[in-house]
Amino acid sequence: MKHETIETNVGWLIVLTLIVISIGGLVEIVPLYFIDDTIETVQVDGKDTIRPYTSLELRGRDIYQREGCYTCHSQMIRPFRDEDMRYGHYSLAAESQFDHPFQWGSKRTGPDLARVGKKYSNEWHVQHMMNPRDVVPQSIMPGYPWLMQSLHYKDVADRMRALKMVGVPYSETQAEFDANVERYGKDVADKLNINSAMDNLISQAQAGNYDGNKNDITEMDALVAYLQVLGTMVDFSKFDEGHFAEFR
Amino acid sequence: MSKDKTQQTVQTTGHAWDGDLQEFNNPLPSWWLWAFYATVIFAIVYWVLYPTWPVGNTYTKGVGNDITYTTTDGKEVTSHWNTRSLLLKDLADARAEQAKYVEQLKAASYSDIAKDEEKSAFAYSMAKVLFADNCAACHQAGGNGVIGPYPNLLDDAWLWGGTFEKIEETIRNGHVGNMPGFKGQLSAREIDNLAEYVLSLSGQGSDATKAQKGKPLFSSNCAVCHGQDAKGQILMGSANLTDSIWTIVNVPAAATPEAKRAAIVNLLKTGKSRQMPAWKDRLSDTEIKILTFYVHELGGGQ
Ligand code: HEC
Ligand code: HEC
Ligand code: HEC
Repeated sequence: MKHETIETNVGWLIVLTLIVISIGGLVEIVPLYFIDDTIETVQVDGKDTIRPYTSLELRGRDIYQREGCYTCHSQMIRPFRDEDMRYGHYSLAAESQFDHPFQWGSKRTGPDLARVGKKYSNEWHVQHMMNPRDVVPQSIMPGYPWLMQSLHYKDVADRMRALKMVGVPYSETQAEFDANVERYGKDVADKLNINSAMDNLISQAQAGNYDGNKNDITEMDALVAYLQVLGTMVDFSKFDEGHFAEFR
Repeated sequence: MSKDKTQQTVQTTGHAWDGDLQEFNNPLPSWWLWAFYATVIFAIVYWVLYPTWPVGNTYTKGVGNDITYTTTDGKEVTSHWNTRSLLLKDLADARAEQAKYVEQLKAASYSDIAKDEEKSAFAYSMAKVLFADNCAACHQAGGNGVIGPYPNLLDDAWLWGGTFEKIEETIRNGHVGNMPGFKGQLSAREIDNLAEYVLSLSGQGSDATKAQKGKPLFSSNCAVCHGQDAKGQILMGSANLTDSIWTIVNVPAAATPEAKRAAIVNLLKTGKSRQMPAWKDRLSDTEIKILTFYVHELGGGQ
């Protein structure tokens, strides 16, 4: 085909441009699905330790997305010395395998949150969300006081079903539940059961009482539950220092 | 005139829009073309040296640039080039460079560090960064805390003890301080009298009769935790109520005797639980030691 034909025909130009550009993506992305080491195996005593979010944490993740926290916060610690010293162990691919969409990001107006779990108390998170300047006087992060409103969670089972469709191992049938028991152990499998999603959400919120208000399950409960689990699913002391480098 | 000139020197694509709008069809400048060929050659060299091509369920690992590093437990590991091993090498190199100081700090007792200028300068410079990254969000950049939620680390009052050992234990394992609420157990008047008694303990009382009525209530309800002398017990982090340093109730900010009492009444009714997180999983032993030294030196260490 002659150069001129392509340049003077918009239809051809679009189609061929798309093909040329997609080659870059295909060559870089597709093989990763076939390479065994892309997602690290993280097992302790034969059980996977990285699990999907519980129903409450999942609602927290939804709120994180709704509020656009990702516009200022990344969730991926790069394998560099300065990042390691500030945030902790570099993020594993396995740690975001159940995030749809992933929250990696590269825009850091605020610090990376990939390992913020358990770093602060629940009380701190609540104060910080209500008005960041109460705890960090020089903070430029906006306040989110409306998160103290009641959490809408009637549809949480549907939200889990949607994620199940893209491969997140929430269970609905007995066979799926048994597979989760095998993979994660009974305690975790119970939390991933769609049939008891609402009960699980309520009992986790009540036991955790993340927002310090026992009378109501709020969006704050969900968001803080989510923040407190970030980066805590891998106990790196159980693995050799070079273990996760072997996957690369 | 210009039109004539261009038509002589450059080719056009041959078509014209709006009568005279034409498109140049110049060959690429040769420097550009050669730069392009150079990138192609570079890519081929890169493919050989670095992990690149997928092959089935694995990939080519590259040749000739293996990375060798020493782990924290002294093992030598060699690996093909990858960013994770590169980081481990980077960390190992940094450890080796700092080893001189870090080993000294590890071996030294706290009082040795305090006496040795070089050691304490090193500990200080590292601690400042660690404190800013991990502690300042609660205890504030200067360590002065916030009356109410986060204790001041600069003063002489310690909930959990101000010796090196106690501070280290606090940082390593964290603590939960729990002051219960007495709303259901005591009447409003009893709580009011107790609050007046608490104020009188640090010489800030204004109503001796009320305080007198509060005293027996204190013995029966509060002394278990705060002690008969109300000086607090570091075993449970119960505050010393006889000094004029306040960690939860903001008495200094209250202007009138009534406001002071009201602030205490509020705490006695609702109670307060505060959590200092544990850092043993997040920070190394050396980092905890350095921070302990720093907090102790901030002021009032025992
Ligand atoms: C305008 C940008 C911006 C947005 C939007 C934003 N943050 Fe932040 N965030 C910051 C900055 C800056 C800091 C650092 C100062 C501070 O601690 O407040 C921060 C700090 C934090 C921290 C403490 C991290 C640490 O390790 O100290 C958490 C947790 C956090 N943000 C959560 C959130 C959540 C959840 C949301 C969404 C509800 C959010 N942020 C939205 C800018 C932002
Ligand atoms: C989430 C907020 C938070 C963070 C982050 C935090 N602390 Fe604390 N810290 C507290 C609270 C709350 C207390 C008081 C606990 C209590 O009431 O008993 C405390 C108590 C302490 C005490 C004991 C004070 C006393 O009077 O006995 C020390 C020492 C201390 N923190 C040091 C640190 C250091 C060092 C760091 C950083 C590695 C740190 N803290 C990070 C909240 C925090
Ligand atoms: C179960 C043990 C316990 C009992 C009982 C108890 N306290 Fe406390 N109290 C604490 C602890 C622990 C703290 C510190 C809490 C913290 O740091 O989070 C505290 C803190 C306080 C403070 C705040 C001091 C300050 O510096 O701001 C006051 C005031 C106080 N208690 C008064 C009382 C009175 C009065 C009673 C009896 C009605 C009482 N407490 C009963 C454990 C107890």
